[in-house]
Amino acid sequence: MIDVPVPASRPPSDTRSTIGRRLLGLNAWLTYIFLYAPIVILVLFSFTTDTFGVRWTGFTLDWYVRLARDTRMINATINTLWVALVATIISTVCGTLLALAMERYRFRGRNGMDALLYLPIVIPEIVMALALLAFFSFAFGLLESLTGIKLRMNIWTVIISHVAFCISFVVVVVRASLKGFDMRLEEAGADLGADPQTIFWRITLPLIMPGVIGGALLAFTLSLDDFIISFFTVGPGTNLLPVEVYGRVKRAITPSINAISTIMLLVSMTLVFLSQFVQRQRD
Amino acid sequence: MTVVAPDETPLAQQRQQRLRLWLLLAPGALWLFFFFVLPLLIVMLYSFATPGPTGNVIWQFNFDSYITLVGKDLYFNAYYRSLWVGIQTTVICLLVGYPLALYMTLAEPKQRNLLLFLVLIPFWTNFLVRTYAWMIILSNNGLINDLLQMLGFAKQLLYPSAGAVLVGLIYGNLPFMVLPLYASLARFDFTLMEASADLGAGRWRSFWRIMFPLTVPGVVAGSVLVFIPTVGQFVVSDLLGGSKVDLLGNLLQRLFTRSNPPNWPLGSALALVFMFVLTVIVIIYFRTTTEEDR
Amino acid sequence: MTNASAVVLQQVTKRFQNVTAVDAIDLDIRDGEFFSMLGPSGCGKTTTLRMIAGFEFPSSGVISLAGAQVEKIPAHLRNVNTVFQSYALFPHMTVAENIAFGLEMKNVPRADIKPRVDAALAMVQLSNYGTRRPKQLSGGQQQRVALARALVNRPKVLLLDEPLGALDLKLRKEMQIELKRLQQEVGITFIYVTHDQEEALTMSDRIAVMNQGKLLQVGSPTEIYERPSSRFVADFIGEANFIDGHVIDIGAPYCTVRASNGLELQGILQGATTVGAAVTIAIRPEKLRLTVQSPDNVSTLAAKVEQVVYIGSDTRLTVRLSDTITLDVWEQNNRSTLDRDAYWQRGEQGFVTWNPDNALILTA
Repeated sequence: MIDVPVPASRPPSDTRSTIGRRLLGLNAWLTYIFLYAPIVILVLFSFTTDTFGVRWTGFTLDWYVRLARDTRMINATINTLWVALVATIISTVCGTLLALAMERYRFRGRNGMDALLYLPIVIPEIVMALALLAFFSFAFGLLESLTGIKLRMNIWTVIISHVAFCISFVVVVVRASLKGFDMRLEEAGADLGADPQTIFWRITLPLIMPGVIGGALLAFTLSLDDFIISFFTVGPGTNLLPVEVYGRVKRAITPSINAISTIMLLVSMTLVFLSQFVQRQRD
Repeated sequence: MTVVAPDETPLAQQRQQRLRLWLLLAPGALWLFFFFVLPLLIVMLYSFATPGPTGNVIWQFNFDSYITLVGKDLYFNAYYRSLWVGIQTTVICLLVGYPLALYMTLAEPKQRNLLLFLVLIPFWTNFLVRTYAWMIILSNNGLINDLLQMLGFAKQLLYPSAGAVLVGLIYGNLPFMVLPLYASLARFDFTLMEASADLGAGRWRSFWRIMFPLTVPGVVAGSVLVFIPTVGQFVVSDLLGGSKVDLLGNLLQRLFTRSNPPNWPLGSALALVFMFVLTVIVIIYFRTTTEEDR
Repeated sequence: MTNASAVVLQQVTKRFQNVTAVDAIDLDIRDGEFFSMLGPSGCGKTTTLRMIAGFEFPSSGVISLAGAQVEKIPAHLRNVNTVFQSYALFPHMTVAENIAFGLEMKNVPRADIKPRVDAALAMVQLSNYGTRRPKQLSGGQQQRVALARALVNRPKVLLLDEPLGALDLKLRKEMQIELKRLQQEVGITFIYVTHDQEEALTMSDRIAVMNQGKLLQVGSPTEIYERPSSRFVADFIGEANFIDGHVIDIGAPYCTVRASNGLELQGILQGATTVGAAVTIAIRPEKLRLTVQSPDNVSTLAAKVEQVVYIGSDTRLTVRLSDTITLDVWEQNNRSTLDRDAYWQRGEQGFVTWNPDNALILTA
C-alpha cells in the first residue's frame, strides 16, 4: 500500500554521536519496546497456567488444546478464511483490470473514477460499514415487498462488502507496478507478431505479477483483519473470527483468547514475510 | 497504442478499443457503484426518513434527524471528543514517529531493513489483537499493577479509562504514521542538509528550513492515515474505555444496533455529517500544509 | 597573488572503519589560487574536500583556514562554501531564495540581502531567473545558481566537487572558461576536485595528484605533465611509454638504464636512486620521432611500424623495438600535403629517436 523506496542519497557519513543522534536512538529503541512489549507479553501469556491469562504462573499448552476442541472458534476461523479467500480473488481480478484501464486509457470520467477509487481508502471505515448495513437491509426489504422472497445477511454479504473496500487497495498497488512498466516491451511483442491477447498473457501479466500478488496479499490481510465492516454486515447466523474474538473479549480476558491471538499474529507475520519476499523479487 | 493494420479501418479498431476498455472497467466499476456509491446514497435517504417506534424506518422525509443533531449537546460533545482524541493521537504519533523514521533512514542499509520490517509487522497485525494485548497489560492483576505494587504503590484502575484509550490508539496507529514518513525521508536528498550547513545553518535550523518542508507530504499522508481511522473507530474506546469514553464511533454503533430502539435515520445523519466534517478538515489540512511548497 | 596560505593541511588522515581514505596528507594552498585535486575515483580527493568543508572530521591531523585551526569546527561555522556535484539546490525555494539562504543564516540585514542576491545573479548571468524554481532550469543554469549561492557569501575559500560532471562536453568546456574567469574576477581561492585531467590542466594554477589516499605530486600543470614524479602520475595525466629496467650508471645530467631486453638508454633521474635499482623510463609519445635514417645519437633505436592511426592533426604510430617492447609515437602532420611519402606504412622499418632530456627515469 505504501511504496517504501530505498533511500535516494547516502545519508551524511558524519557519525559522531552527538546529543541529537543519541536522542534519536533512544526514541527509536523506546518506541520499538513500546511496539513489541505487548506482543511478546500476549504470546507469553498464551502459555501461562494462570486462568485469567494476565500473569505468569507456569507453562502449559492447555489453552491451545482447548482451542482445538472449541468448535465455535474453529467454525469462525474457517468462515473468516473463506471470506478472505473469495474476497481476495474477486477484488484482485477486478482491481487488476481497473488498474490496467486507469493506467492505459484516457477516457471521459477517468478523473471521477480516480476519485471514486480513493474514497474507500480515505472514508472512515465505520461510515462504509453502516452504509453497507443500510444498503443490504434496504435492498432485502425492497426485494421482500416486491417478490416475497426473504433474504438475510450472511457470509456472502460480508464477502461482497470486503470486495468493495479491497478493490481500491489492489488498484493502488497494481497501478504502482504498472507505472514502472516499459511499454516498449509490448510493442516489441506486437512487432514479433503477437496479437493483443497473447501480449497480455505472455508479456504484460507475467511482468506485473509481483504487483498483482502484492495487491492480493494486501487484500487478503485486510479482509482477514477487518472487524468493523464484518461486524455490521454479517448476519446473526454466521460466525467470523474477529467478531467472535471481540464478543469474548468484551466479556473477559481468557488464556484461550491469548492463544487464538497468538495464532492470528503468526499468520500476520507470515503474510509480512511473503509480501516482503514478493517485493524483493520485484526489485 | 497499437499499430493500425492496413486492412483494419480505424473505426473498427476504435470500436474494439472501446470494447476492451469497457471490459476492463466494468467489473470493478459496477461493483463499486452497487456496493459503495449506492449504499452511501441510501444512507443519505435514510437520514431524511423518520424513525419508527420499533426501530423500523418510516418513509416520511424531513430534516428532523439533522435538527436533533444540532440541538443536542450529546452529539456535539461526541464530535468534539472524537476530534480531540484524533488530534491528540495524531500529534503524539507524529512526535514519536518522525524521529523514529529519521533514525531508520540514517541507519546502515542492513540494519535499516530490519528496522523497517519491525514496523511492518504491527502494521499488518490485527488491530483487535493489538488492542487486546493492552487489556492484558493494563488489567487489574496485570503487569503494570504488579510493577506498581512492587514499587510500593497502590493498585490503580488503569482501564477502562480515557488514558488507556489514548495509549491503545497511539499503539494501534503508530505504524501508519511511521511508514509514509519513512517513505518520504528515504526520498529526501541528505546532500541538501550538507548544503544548508555549508551555508551557515545549524542542525536545528537546517531541519526546519530544509528537511521538514521537503518531507511535509509524508507528514500529511501519515497524519491523514492516523487521524481518519482514529476519529471513526469504536473498538479501542469500547474495549479500553468501557462506558467511560463515549466517542462518535460508539454512538453510531449504538444508534444502529443497540439503543432501544435503534434509530437509523439519526445514525445516518450523524455518519454523514461526520464524513462531511472529516473531509473538510482533511482538505483544509492538505491546503495549508502543501500550499507553499508544491 | 600573495603568498599567504588560504588552507593548510598537516598530516591529515581519515579512516572509515578499517579503510584509510586519506593518508597523512600535507598541503599548503595559497590565497587566491585555483587549486585542483586530481585523481581516480576513490583516491580520497572528495574526502579531503569534505574535511576542508567540515562535513567530515579528520581522524588525525590539523586543518587551518586563513591561519586558524578548524578541524573540529562544524561546517556551518566555517567560512568556506561548497558547490556540490549534484548542485544540492533547495527544490522548495526559488533561485533567489536559494541564493539568499546563506546570507539569512549569517543574519545579514534584510535590506542588504536583496542587492547582494541581485549582484550574484548578474554575476552568473541569470538576472531574470530569480523567481524560478531550480527544477525549471537547465543543468548548466542550475550549476550557475549553485555557484552564485556559494559565492554570494564571499567565502574565504570556494570548494567545488566535480561541479561539471553532469554537463555535456560542450557546456563543460564553456563552464571551464567561465569558472576561470569568475575566479580571477572575485579573487577567491578555489579548490576544485575532478577526475578529468584535461579540466585540471586547463583551469588550475596548481594541481595535486592523489591516489589511494596518498598525495603523489603537487605542482603547476606544466610541472605535473612534463616532470611527473612517479609512474602513476605520468600514466594518469596524458599518455606515456614506459620501459622497465635497472640503473647501471648515475651521472650528470644523464643517468644510464639497462632495459629488460638489454638496451642501454639515457634519461634524467627524477628522485634519488642507487646503481642496480629497478626503475621505469617514461617518455611521452609526442616527444618521440620516427626517422628513416639513423641519426648519430645514443637515444636511437631501430623499430618496425606495427600500427598506423591517422587522426588528422597527428598520426599515431605503434612501433616495435623488440619482442617485449612497443612504443607509441605521435607524429605531427606538419609536412607538405603534396608529399606522398610523408606517411608511415605498416611494416616499414625506421629509427625511434628522442632527446634524453625528455626521458624521465622514475623511481616510483
